[in-house]
Amino acid sequence: MEQARIRNFSIIAHIDHGKSTLADRILELTETVSAREMRDQLLDSMELERERGITIKAQAVRVAWKGHELNLIDTPGHVDFTYEVSRSLQACEGAVLVVDAAQGVEAQTLANAYLAIENGLEVVPVANKIDLPQADPDATAVEVADLLGDDPTQVLRISAKTGDGVAAVLDAVVERVPPPAGDPDAPPRALVFDSSYDQYRGVVAFVRVVDGSFSRREPLRAMATGTRFDAEELGFFSPTMTPVDSLSAGEVGYVVTGLKDVSRLRVGDTLTSVRRPASEPLPGYQDVKPMVFAGLFPTDSDDYPELRDALERLELNDAALVYEPETSQALGFGFRCGFLGLLHMEIVRERLEREFGLDLLVTAPNVAYRVKERTGRWLEVHNPAEFPREVEEVDEPYVAASIIVPKDYVGAVMELCTERRGTFGRLEYLSPDRVHLTYDLPLAEIVLDFYDQLKSRTRGYASFDYDLAGFKPGDLVRVDVLVAGEPVDALSLVVHRDFAYDRSRLLVEKLREEIPRQLFDVAIQAAIGSRVIARETVKAKRKDVLAKCYGGDITRKRKLLEKQKAGKKRMKRVGAVEVPQEAFLAVLNIGQSGRG
Amino acid sequence: MGTGLHPPGKTARGAALHQPADAPAAREAARRRLPEGRALEPARHLYVHLPFCAHRCGYCDFVTVVGRRDHHAAYVDALLAELELERASLAAELETVFLGGGTPTFTALPELLRLLRALPAAEEVTVEANPETVTAEVASALRAAGVTRVSLGAQSFQPRLLEVLDRVAGPDDVRRAVHHLRDAGFDNISLDLVYGIPGQSASDLDADLGAALELQPEHLSCYELEAKPGTRFTHAWGAELARQAEALEGYFERVVDRLTGSGYRWYETANFCRTDDAQGRDLRARHNLAYWLGRDYLGLGIGAVSTIENRRWRNTPRLGRYLAALAAGRAPEREVEPLDPGVRARERALLGLRLDQPLSLAGLRFVLDEAGLARMERLGLAVHEHETLALTRRGRFLGGAVAAELLI
Repeated sequence: MEQARIRNFSIIAHIDHGKSTLADRILELTETVSAREMRDQLLDSMELERERGITIKAQAVRVAWKGHELNLIDTPGHVDFTYEVSRSLQACEGAVLVVDAAQGVEAQTLANAYLAIENGLEVVPVANKIDLPQADPDATAVEVADLLGDDPTQVLRISAKTGDGVAAVLDAVVERVPPPAGDPDAPPRALVFDSSYDQYRGVVAFVRVVDGSFSRREPLRAMATGTRFDAEELGFFSPTMTPVDSLSAGEVGYVVTGLKDVSRLRVGDTLTSVRRPASEPLPGYQDVKPMVFAGLFPTDSDDYPELRDALERLELNDAALVYEPETSQALGFGFRCGFLGLLHMEIVRERLEREFGLDLLVTAPNVAYRVKERTGRWLEVHNPAEFPREVEEVDEPYVAASIIVPKDYVGAVMELCTERRGTFGRLEYLSPDRVHLTYDLPLAEIVLDFYDQLKSRTRGYASFDYDLAGFKPGDLVRVDVLVAGEPVDALSLVVHRDFAYDRSRLLVEKLREEIPRQLFDVAIQAAIGSRVIARETVKAKRKDVLAKCYGGDITRKRKLLEKQKAGKKRMKRVGAVEVPQEAFLAVLNIGQSGRG
Repeated sequence: MGTGLHPPGKTARGAALHQPADAPAAREAARRRLPEGRALEPARHLYVHLPFCAHRCGYCDFVTVVGRRDHHAAYVDALLAELELERASLAAELETVFLGGGTPTFTALPELLRLLRALPAAEEVTVEANPETVTAEVASALRAAGVTRVSLGAQSFQPRLLEVLDRVAGPDDVRRAVHHLRDAGFDNISLDLVYGIPGQSASDLDADLGAALELQPEHLSCYELEAKPGTRFTHAWGAELARQAEALEGYFERVVDRLTGSGYRWYETANFCRTDDAQGRDLRARHNLAYWLGRDYLGLGIGAVSTIENRRWRNTPRLGRYLAALAAGRAPEREVEPLDPGVRARERALLGLRLDQPLSLAGLRFVLDEAGLARMERLGLAVHEHETLALTRRGRFLGGAVAAELLI
């Protein structure tokens, strides 16, 4: 296909604004799939994606429309995957921005729209769900037009659900989105915007060819990682894999690499030919670093090998997942895992439990810290239990948070952000009723329950998005928890010095509730270094024996003893204290709102 | 059968029970002579269940039958028929017989006496009684029928608390019953008390203990009220009990302090006996001691449990089916539980740890958790020396949890 007849575009939207439904309608309308083959949200191939209604893995589908070749590149819709979104957008010349006409512009609408504009894309705005009785397409059109500096009449009115207006969207893509501009005769370059792992064929790279062309069997090289491989197969999705002999400038497709490890071919890398290599890679490659960390431990320590195997298999499909073995004195053998963000963590956990049938204990998440020791040496710490007790300086990751909220809740949101050590950025009215707030917030302050708090304090009306915004110094201290005098590594936490007292108090109170009474008094202490800042005592039981025990009671008494013994097995022993596994999650539930 | 019981004056001392090694050689010889196919060591302890009650108390979860006076004779017939069927499991000479209930003394007196006269002789014969059923006539009839010990269900001395328990007897009924029993010549009386009754304050408990001590019983059993799930009582009082749970926790210690301070021996978790007996008798309940020492016992009657060697069985709790089976000459329906040596050993340990005398570890080592034992010793809850194991005072209050630590 000549370049002038190719259009590469994405659909971008806030969660639940109808991106996947629009994609489904496009596949139907272009007869890429028959109605019989049509499944809702066809592009979301993982079971979990369909269930959660979100897209985790981007894919690209080629469709034919009025003599043109349209490549629809699906993007992940959540903040944790901003880097992947931006790589997908880099593979396009245009983006269809879908906004729910009943909801208006939301935080991810903004984030995605800005990302599209930054990548120089032509944005085709669409007000969706006009079939809903509460839809206000005109007001939505004004909001969207303001955002883009566009004319409200340019905003298409559609219902992806009924199919109304979808053809006009495709027409607008052909008319407004420019054709790809690469040089077909230059040394070949292709952007890897995603990859997946196939257990028989190895890593499959999703690529946008920018310059030149690639042929089957050609030896290739990934310019950032230096990885070499042969293109075992080239092709495109329609929506199933359709092999071709070559992919040329402007086209979108896949390359079967035969590589057995996704980490050897990273998203954002540039593929070129070994025989006729390009001199410069495409811009924008970043080594994505996980920012959120948590310990994953099998509930039953016998399942450790299964957890290790499962992580190895997940890693093949998820280049952003990192993990290393962790040994906790309280929780035994497990792994410390790094994630892009909270949703990513949740997805990994669910996949481990669902696809691999594992029963997991996940510790409270924490962020990555950069710590300067007294010796002057800098180290990166991913686990509070490894945070030095004496530090010279600490830097912690920050995010630029963007929150959209009805104006009545601005006060509540500002209060929350202030409690979380936020620095106010700006406030602007998107419409007379809706306000866009920006804050700089420490990532550590949002990993626990910020989103839940935001939702509850705004009755669910707030939408929230964030971008990582580098490291800043923070006055952070390590708090250790001691149970009966023994430090419990899995309960250590790193907090801002100003919050250390309140959070420690809440934590030890919570632990007192979670730890059952034992045969002796159990002190629960929180300490900074050797200074105890909070203390509770689980009082010893005074009595634990059945009063009556005669000939007819013996079996019952013995069974009770057996039950008591079975109950002990589910406990983790810390010194002489039996601690239920739930107690290790107490950090998750210290309801930071109690601080306010 | 029906050779009658030892006359009260000849009640043997319980030494044999407590020190089996000292058992007379003749008895050992008798055991060895047993024909093949019979239990190697037949049971020397017999329990007989008399389920009839005037009414059912709310907190009770025993097998009881309310009313049905017309069935008393048939029931005694059935008990004696079951005794005949199980005779092979019983030793020629018994150490103890225990008539429990229900309310044994609610059974029509002629039937109760017919039963007592037909049962094999034993050194200790105990009958449980509710105070309101103990008249002068009943007391002397029991004595004449060879009963050596009476266990009276006093429960409390405060009308308000007795009402909560649905008890019929008032405090004066208890006192009157004790006097009738003394007048009839009983020199071994036990009182049952219940503590932790909804609404019972610490001073209420002290008053109950004081009232019981005034009667100078040879033996006291003090039970914390167990609100068992599903009973009418729990339905009515569960919330109140949960509210006072923390206060109740100290009552057990209060009971032990008061009774041991008054010269009683706290010889089992819930049982106390006088140590100042003029005749120098060991006043522990010999029958119950047999349970705690892990001895075999035969139980007759509905819901009664027997444990003989590697088997435990429980008779059907249904009166009609029990009567029908025995009338037809068949054993009643039974739930049988096989007991392997490990189970018997664990039971022996957990029962033995309820006593104040050290538990001999001979034959019990294999069910002991050595790490748990070390922990319990460190916490000062158990003492292990010379192949015996004993719980400390605090260890006994926590006996259930401590046993769970000590046993595998």
